Amino acid sequence: MKHYIIHRFLVMLPTTMGVLLLTFLLFNVVGGSPAEVVLGKNATAEALAVFDARHKYDMPLILGRWSGVRALQNVSSTRLKFDRRSAMAEVPLGYGLPAGIYRLNASRAFLSLRRIADNFDDEVMIDAPGEAVVFTVPRGWKVVRLLADGVAGRNLSLEQKNSAWWDTQFVHYVCSLFRGDFGVSTEYRVPVTRIIKEGVGPSLSLTIPILVGGTLLGVMLGLLCAAWRGGWVDHVILVVSTILMSVNYVIWVLAGQFILAFKLKLFPIWGYESTAYLVLPVLIGIFSGLGRDVRFFRAAILDEVYKPYVRTAQAKGLSGMRIMTRHVLRNSLIPVITYVSLSIPFMFTGSLLLESFFGIPGLGSVSINAINSSDMVVVRAIVIMGALFYQVVNLITDLCYAWLDPRVRLS
Amino acid sequence: MIDSNNIVRRLWRRWDTRIALVAIVLYLGAALYGEAVYRWHKTHDSTAPYNLVRDQYRYVPPGFFNPVGRGLPEGAPFYPLGSDNLGRDVLQRLIQGTRIAFHVGIITSLIAIPLGVLLGCLGGYCGGRVDAFVVWLCATVASMPGLLFILAIAMIAGRGLTGIYLGIGLTTWVSVCRNLRGEVMKHREHAYVQAARMLGYSHFRIIFRHILPNVAHIVLIAFSIRFPASVATEVFISFLGIGVQGEPSWGIMINNARLRLWQGVWWEMTFVTLAIFVLVLAFNHLADALRDMLDPALRSEKIQ
Repeated sequence: MKHYIIHRFLVMLPTTMGVLLLTFLLFNVVGGSPAEVVLGKNATAEALAVFDARHKYDMPLILGRWSGVRALQNVSSTRLKFDRRSAMAEVPLGYGLPAGIYRLNASRAFLSLRRIADNFDDEVMIDAPGEAVVFTVPRGWKVVRLLADGVAGRNLSLEQKNSAWWDTQFVHYVCSLFRGDFGVSTEYRVPVTRIIKEGVGPSLSLTIPILVGGTLLGVMLGLLCAAWRGGWVDHVILVVSTILMSVNYVIWVLAGQFILAFKLKLFPIWGYESTAYLVLPVLIGIFSGLGRDVRFFRAAILDEVYKPYVRTAQAKGLSGMRIMTRHVLRNSLIPVITYVSLSIPFMFTGSLLLESFFGIPGLGSVSINAINSSDMVVVRAIVIMGALFYQVVNLITDLCYAWLDPRVRLS
Repeated sequence: MIDSNNIVRRLWRRWDTRIALVAIVLYLGAALYGEAVYRWHKTHDSTAPYNLVRDQYRYVPPGFFNPVGRGLPEGAPFYPLGSDNLGRDVLQRLIQGTRIAFHVGIITSLIAIPLGVLLGCLGGYCGGRVDAFVVWLCATVASMPGLLFILAIAMIAGRGLTGIYLGIGLTTWVSVCRNLRGEVMKHREHAYVQAARMLGYSHFRIIFRHILPNVAHIVLIAFSIRFPASVATEVFISFLGIGVQGEPSWGIMINNARLRLWQGVWWEMTFVTLAIFVLVLAFNHLADALRDMLDPALRSEKIQ
């Protein structure tokens, strides 16, 4: 068992890393620069660079020693201005380069340095025998003008050196997640962890009854189907579940709210004050998923029905009821539990539409609001949390299997 | 090996799948008509009938409830399925919705299925590190919280159809890949694959010319399952206002209609609901029938 647990943990690591990498690529790279998202499109390059430096967004993405700087923006070497006096090309800088080690792919560079404290100016000329000029800007100084030679015909690149090859945005991102720092919501200006903590409770109060009720009802109907397989009960349940499955989720929510709450006044329409407010959303949640569940449970149970042990039990004269509940149900519980356990992690992220339509302040309505206001930080946090929960629940399920069934841990 | 003639003939023989086939062909016709209307008005730069605003004819009930000449002034336009809050024809908008639904269903499948087929075939056939990579990729994408992840991709790719295509397409290839990988793994050991290898055929040729035709039924089943699921997801996303912008998608129509449902304007909501329901039901039923017919592993599900 010990070996299995260690093995299972090692299997989990790459997937967890994959989840972190995927969310990082999606939200921090494809989603655009976080600085531009937070500060807006009209921020100056310098303000963006200061923001980047503070949040370590100026580091290389995943691994590496060099990363581009914001000072050099939208430059193609053909459009460089030519400085007549020194016969070199002027590198357009958006702002003064702060202290650090830089690399410019030119054969010669001319720096105009300025001491920030007293505006004392200095000039340096650097020749590079190799491919690129590497220069260091000392602390307290900045580069106000940069001229380069030998850049014609290639794309200019100005990069900043990083303290270590592993000190990167991705590593920083993973570390902050492990510290529990999911960032600050751009919409509400509060830490995302607090938003999540407040939202989990209402979400669970909605999703736990849905999961439990849906599973119980689904398994019962599945058993009915399997017991009278091929008969009219089976056919009716199967047809009805295909029909239920084809009704759009949006329609379930709208029709439930309009007909049952508004027209018939059976339930409160909107709010989160007492248990009565939860009844209708829970019912809608159960019935919208019931069709798919019943079909799955029926197939899982039917897989067992034709096995030899059932025939043996029949030959021994056991009643059909007893065979179904005692023998078949127990054995078909494995796929059922796998199926159910896979939906446990998504209980935490809540139900997107139900929550926002019935005014339940859970993570589902938080996500919808965040998506509508493009609050990337919150969306990212909830996606990561859901994915990590998925890993954990998967791990626990597998360990339970191994504990219950020696074949799993020994194979 | 898929024999498409034979499949269609067998589906046609049963009355229930025949109805589903007819329904899908009718929808396809509507979608093609919608595409033609859309293209014609785009090239001629004129207002298409589904966008024609008539302020004086708002909330006109469906034609069969309110025949011309009774209640409406002479020369009023005929609305077979009523008009919406801007006096636009609901029927025309429904047809445009069908066009968008088919776009979504087909394009997301064109993203998800080739991706799943390629990775599944490579993983199943090559084994070893390639397989480990494919399994890792599948496990990673599968652990993302489904709908929210799609919404996040759609949000980042920008509001509009492209976002929907990418969001649905890039998340749903996993099931195709997993099914195909398992099946290809089984086929790898078959005699015909070993014979092909003996003959010195390239791996590429063995995978795509020899194995793939033998597992093509899985691709067909995957398409029949993916199509209605993508349509349903698109309705959901457009309903939330993240999807289609400025075009009459079914999700947007539902969102428009729900506000006036409380005032007794029932027709727009009812007809959109019916349109989605019938299309998805027809596809779901067809998917079931195809699975029963083509996949021997799942045939035990069918009662003798």
